[in-house]
Amino acid sequence: MANENILLQVNNLKKYFKTAKGQLHAVDDISFTLEKGKTLGVVGESGCGKSTLGRTILNLIPASSGEVIFDGVHVEKADKKQMKHLRQEMQIIFQDPFSSLDPRLSVSEIIMEPLEIYHIYSSRQERQKRVEELMDTVGLARRLANAYPHELDGGRRQRIGVARALALNPKFIVCDEPVSALDVSIQAQILNLMQDLQDQHGLAYMFITHDLSVVKHISDDILVMYLGKMVEKCQAKELFRNHLHPYTNALLSAIPVPEIGAAKNRVLLQGELSSPINPKPGCRFANRCRHACEKCFEEDPALQEVLPGHFVACHQIERIKEEREMRNE
Amino acid sequence: MSEQVQLDKKKSMKEEKIRAFMKNKLAVAGAVLLLTMIVLAALSPIIAPYGFDEQNYEIARQTPSLQHLAGTDELGRDIFSRILYGGRVSLTIGIISVGIGLIFGGSLGVIAAYYGGVTETVIMRVIDVLMAIPSIILSISICAALGSGIVNTMIAVGISSIPTYARVFRSSVISEKSKEYIEAARAVGAGNARIILKHILPNSIAPVIVQASLGVAQAITTAASLSFIGLGIQPPNPEWGALLSSGRQYIRDFPHMVVYPGIAIMLTVLALNLIGDGLRDALDPRLKR
Amino acid sequence: MSLLELKDLTIHYFTDEGVVKAVNGLSLSVGAGETVGLVGETGAGKTTTALGIMNLVPNPPGKIVSGQILYNGEDLTEKNQIEMRDIRGRQISMIFQDPMTALNPVLTVGDQIAEVIRLHEEISRSDAYIKAAEMLEMVGIPAERLGEYPHQFSGGMKQRVVIAIALACNPKLLIADEPTTALDVTIQAQVLKMMNDLKQNLGTSMILITHDLGVVAETCDKVAIMYAGEIVESGSLEDIFHHTAHPYTKGLFESIPSLKKDMKRLKPIKGLMPDPRNLPDGCSFCPRCPYAKEECASQDPKITEITPGHFVKCPYWKEVHLNREDL
Repeated sequence: MANENILLQVNNLKKYFKTAKGQLHAVDDISFTLEKGKTLGVVGESGCGKSTLGRTILNLIPASSGEVIFDGVHVEKADKKQMKHLRQEMQIIFQDPFSSLDPRLSVSEIIMEPLEIYHIYSSRQERQKRVEELMDTVGLARRLANAYPHELDGGRRQRIGVARALALNPKFIVCDEPVSALDVSIQAQILNLMQDLQDQHGLAYMFITHDLSVVKHISDDILVMYLGKMVEKCQAKELFRNHLHPYTNALLSAIPVPEIGAAKNRVLLQGELSSPINPKPGCRFANRCRHACEKCFEEDPALQEVLPGHFVACHQIERIKEEREMRNE
Repeated sequence: MSEQVQLDKKKSMKEEKIRAFMKNKLAVAGAVLLLTMIVLAALSPIIAPYGFDEQNYEIARQTPSLQHLAGTDELGRDIFSRILYGGRVSLTIGIISVGIGLIFGGSLGVIAAYYGGVTETVIMRVIDVLMAIPSIILSISICAALGSGIVNTMIAVGISSIPTYARVFRSSVISEKSKEYIEAARAVGAGNARIILKHILPNSIAPVIVQASLGVAQAITTAASLSFIGLGIQPPNPEWGALLSSGRQYIRDFPHMVVYPGIAIMLTVLALNLIGDGLRDALDPRLKR
Repeated sequence: MSLLELKDLTIHYFTDEGVVKAVNGLSLSVGAGETVGLVGETGAGKTTTALGIMNLVPNPPGKIVSGQILYNGEDLTEKNQIEMRDIRGRQISMIFQDPMTALNPVLTVGDQIAEVIRLHEEISRSDAYIKAAEMLEMVGIPAERLGEYPHQFSGGMKQRVVIAIALACNPKLLIADEPTTALDVTIQAQVLKMMNDLKQNLGTSMILITHDLGVVAETCDKVAIMYAGEIVESGSLEDIFHHTAHPYTKGLFESIPSLKKDMKRLKPIKGLMPDPRNLPDGCSFCPRCPYAKEECASQDPKITEITPGHFVKCPYWKEVHLNREDL
């Protein structure tokens, strides 16, 4: 393993919230590594904990337990001073391009803020120049510098968010559903932009989304989450060709494909999400899984490396593999 | 081409809100009225036909005439001039007391809301205690303790308004604090001071402005009440409430001594209320125009 | 005769900042038992069209400027509010995008379904509740949950309740405005299947408003593509998906990341939808169109019927047609 290339290492990360009804297991034992310049796609539906995962890694929410090692530094243990230093390297782009921008600040003020906080450049003019460069980079017309977020459409607002995240030249950006709120044609524009930026600056991304078609295009590896747990992780191409976990299967087959007659082979999930509060032992997906056996309801499945680089957390993995081989013959 | 239109119509939020306010005729009327009163009060040394303490027993208790637009009081002083001078006192008290309430109450509210936890509990319980005491009784007690006079009146009224501003700021800050752009500011390295001063406060101000404009009206009325019962402003200082108080005994025979100061109070409070309502409507982002 | 026919419908909003031309000369028809997909991006005017059909366009500032809405031959634009109230819920129902805010939080779901039934039918309270229970079962929710409140249901379930309310009086036409956009993809699959089954059983026609061509492929018989308040292309599912004729439709298909193929870069449509207060002269798509010719900027294109039922608003559809094969 090329250790110098690993930028981010997450070990057994957990985040639990105390609620009136008990402990909410938002993020439950997630581990992965991310290399420089690569993209990890994190996929799951609402309530799976992917947004919490992103924020916990950046220490915007303190972790309950586990380690986040960024460029050799333990983020979860960092004090205020260290954290301030780390923030330059790890940034975030938010999902909602409206609520993530201060409505009282103009475009250039929003992008300039990180530069002011870290005293990048000594004069205001130099900072202004950098803001203009950033606006060029993300495709925002310079004349919009004094515009306010509410005057602009979603696509432009999201570009402001991207420019702000780039301002400090970070190495790693958590992208929390950055295109979900945008129209399809604008999504494509922003995704292309993000890919270009990655190529030019060697950025690493953690790309959080529920839209598998988007993540396939941009990710090197993909991690599938369900109710706080990691159910599958492997290379992007592998996930689409040879996904193994029943939830991944259901997720993939549920995506409406713009092709006539595509809905025929769909796996429909029965039942509802079980509760993330004080979860009982056993696989959290068991109540909706057609392969579930007794063990599934009693024991938490551990993450196993079923194929090189392909991890799955499922007790029935052998049966599923057999079934698939039989079907393919 | 359509982008051009967007640029030409580019307005800052402030201008849009000012425009919205201006469209509300009642609010504009209130603003004009208040401005008139402030100007009159400010220019009182110049425009008042008589001094505020010019006594002339021979013309005492005269009903309004051309020489004395509001008549004269029991000591022969021109009531109109006393109202004008009184305006300075009342308006000053109104504004400064609200200022005291805003600064101290506001700081307490912001700190309580931002830091939460034990800090918030302690501060808000103290505020609760203060709030449990009817504000008029609170201001009476403070006035009685400190003594009379303009400054003490301002302090008394100011202190009794602290709970209100603490609460308004607190609720405003709590609602802004959890918004995503605050998280975004933290993510780019902003510290607590910067977040409070540059992000939270400017966005929390709207409900406070509304409360403050109504608060000036309340402060003026409270000060008038204090003077009315003999605390607060002492004669011969012509505060409006004091005018009401001294004219009290003559209500039946010489109502003009009470009516005109009363009208002055009423107009000012009306103006402030209209402005407050107008501001609330203009600043409410949910009201689509 | 079609169940619903929109003829040259024009709806504008007259605001302080100019006239917002939301819908401009829109024509559309929906047959009995048919599902028509109305596809477009934000600002295309789809929701305004839906509100227009129901005569729910906020007035002021909105106004149906011209055109006809023919429901079973009768022009809805000429009906007053009392007549419309009779039609809403009984003949034509509408469901909106956000299930979280569509339900009244202080009434049980049973109350809300029964309310609709009692508004349109002469029926006792207990009978109405029996019907409400049937509706719940029809949308896949156990009837015992009749007495529960909206907050006790998940997002997908709430949307099912909304659908139950909409279909309670067995309307002939259901207008669904992005009914599954706010739902997770696995829940969306469940809800879409349920809607398809229901439609078949009850024979309801539907106008499905969406921006998702995948959803369209699964549920619709006919498709109409909307841009800047106009229908730029319409036809059967086969026509639109396999014989795409309008540059915008083609652009939409190309900007969707594909699950099947490996793409290096996506192909977005450059530029933005025009400001409805300031629509360009000539073809409204011209500024973004890769096939645009000189006259496009000044001449509003006419509607051509390429094959029976397949309409396109572009004189150069043949070029688009040829290039679609490589996708």
